[in-house]
Amino acid sequence: MARVVFDHVTKRFGDVVAVDDMSLEVFDQEFLVLLGPSGCGKSTALRMVAGLEDPTEGTITIGDRVVNDVEAKDRDIAMVFQTYALYPHMSVRKNIEFPLRTRKVAPDQRTSLVMEAAESLGLEKLLDRKPAQLSGGQRQRVALARAIVRRPQAFLMDEPLSNLDAKLRVQTRAELIELQRELATTVIYVTHDQVEAMTMGNRIAIMADGLLHQVGPPQAVYEKPANLFVARFIGNPPMQMVAGPVVRIDGQLGVAVEHTVLPLPPEHQAAIERTGVQSVVIGVRPEHLQLGSDGVLPATVSVVESLGHERHVICRLDDEQMVISRQPSDQPAPGEGSMVRLVADPAHLHLYDAETERRIETDGLPPITPRSFPADKARQ
Amino acid sequence: MSFTGDSGTLGALADVGEADALDAQGHVRRRPHFSRRRLREVGLAYLMLSPSMIIFSIFVFYPFLRNFYLGFFRTPPFPGLPKRYVGLEQYREVLTSSAFFNSVKVTVQFALMTVPVGIALGLALAVLAHQQLRGMAVYRTIFSSTVATSVAVASVIFGTLFNPVVGLLPWLGVNPRPPILGNPDWALPAVALITVWQTLGLTFILMSSGLQAIPDELHEAARVDGAGAWARFWKVTLPMLSPTIFFAVVIGGIFAFQTFGQIDLLTQGGPLEKTNVLTYFVYDTLHSKNDDGKAAVLSVALFAITLTLTLVQMRVLERRVHYAR
Repeated sequence: MARVVFDHVTKRFGDVVAVDDMSLEVFDQEFLVLLGPSGCGKSTALRMVAGLEDPTEGTITIGDRVVNDVEAKDRDIAMVFQTYALYPHMSVRKNIEFPLRTRKVAPDQRTSLVMEAAESLGLEKLLDRKPAQLSGGQRQRVALARAIVRRPQAFLMDEPLSNLDAKLRVQTRAELIELQRELATTVIYVTHDQVEAMTMGNRIAIMADGLLHQVGPPQAVYEKPANLFVARFIGNPPMQMVAGPVVRIDGQLGVAVEHTVLPLPPEHQAAIERTGVQSVVIGVRPEHLQLGSDGVLPATVSVVESLGHERHVICRLDDEQMVISRQPSDQPAPGEGSMVRLVADPAHLHLYDAETERRIETDGLPPITPRSFPADKARQ
Repeated sequence: MSFTGDSGTLGALADVGEADALDAQGHVRRRPHFSRRRLREVGLAYLMLSPSMIIFSIFVFYPFLRNFYLGFFRTPPFPGLPKRYVGLEQYREVLTSSAFFNSVKVTVQFALMTVPVGIALGLALAVLAHQQLRGMAVYRTIFSSTVATSVAVASVIFGTLFNPVVGLLPWLGVNPRPPILGNPDWALPAVALITVWQTLGLTFILMSSGLQAIPDELHEAARVDGAGAWARFWKVTLPMLSPTIFFAVVIGGIFAFQTFGQIDLLTQGGPLEKTNVLTYFVYDTLHSKNDDGKAAVLSVALFAITLTLTLVQMRVLERRVHYAR
């Protein structure tokens, strides 16, 4: 059980910067999710912790030990791969036993540890099978058993659920969380699936293009995305945005969008005055965007998608930009092709500087940056 | 007609027609008959197969059967005299002769000298070349370059190197008597050395492709699981490579049993029959001794041995399938 610290870690492959000056502390017994689109550097970051890649700059600490020069086999961590990486020529028992054998654990102790790990994952009956004789979900559990059998200081998981079908993924997600609580161990979990990130992590760290964009508890990240990238990336359907220059009409600040000026709530106006930005992006989550008759932004209903429990109403603005509103299914559905006016909940407007793409805070608190996350919020 | 239960599943091409009867339980007793579409497909298939079937019949199947038949006749001591039918007598005689035993022994010795050494060397080079290092492509090309040489070229190169007058050894001041290729103890190992060198490129390519087929994650998982380089080689690389190695053993064995060029060019089966491998023995019997009956029997024996090796190879290939992820 240990904390893992990235201290100004950079990894370059030739001219490509895979991870760019990353600093992050993963707390002891924390479930931290590294989230980002493919190619963002999240797997490279994880592989550096595992010792499968060496950082170009910076240090990585596991527990109290700087591990830059420590071989993967001596780092006392375990890793679960996307492809599970089970040894195909070994039985399930031999696979689980492998990390114990390489560390020369006594045979009788090995047997009991293997049984314990197999029992906790329901693999007792499969111990003599070969990986090829197992289903995807069973292989995944064998990979987990091989990881937990040694009680390592930290678990590293690289998209472990992405090869499972949707139903099994939901079930395994819950089992993984239970397992982590039971073992009370540190987990770094890499995924591109924001649902996994939101549901599993104590905190999520969002990466793109090698940069760490935001770190925080899932709900905090959802409610206050630190920049436009995070705002677009988290949430499905994503946050809806319109951009325009700041204009002043009768002493009131607003945003010029197409042929209209969107008025801003007083605290947003104050924030713009304070920061002096010229051009902004206004964002609103689909669930905070309603269709009304007295809204300011005219739109045409294009498509209505019903998901059973809710409905996505896809509208086109005058300039053809697509905007999605999310409605509970018990509300009456608008007709396709009808004209509507969009109303955003002023309490849930997100304001971004169009130039720096950073969030403009409206509550007077300092802006959220990757490195000023409050440590005490880590474990809720 | 009612379709109930599993009787409703029909073969892809066979139609269930009016002629089908119902059994006591009311199930359709399937009596598939060929539909017109199916007949057309079969006809087309044979039409397309016919060119190769004709060629194979003339150049492979007929000579093959004729060869069996030839073995039943004793070749006369002088050309022009009639052949004499002796039935299986000639088979018994040839296959129990000491010359045949010697030839099989030499061939097996040759296989044992070439196959394990060749595979070990090819594997060692492949493991070295598998490292991601700068300039490795150059080494890969060098290591695999012997596939571009023929047996004849290799034999001439080494024949020259071993030559007691102009070769490498006299130039180095070593001049064994009798010369290596004329020495009953050293001739076979020398020919084996040439063969190992000449097939090294192929073995290297085989082993390299085998190594590349092992997913990187397995090595990474083993590293994280605490295995050092040595343990990874023995516990992961070698078992994962075992189908490739089996394959190389069988292929190498078949090659060894078909060795001819280097023997013909360098030793002609000598000295003292110590390099008279089976293929050369067949050739020599036919061309130098003009005994086509005996040569036919010998080639049947060679066929039986190669067939056995091929059957083993097919079993081994089945194992490869078992290892698939």
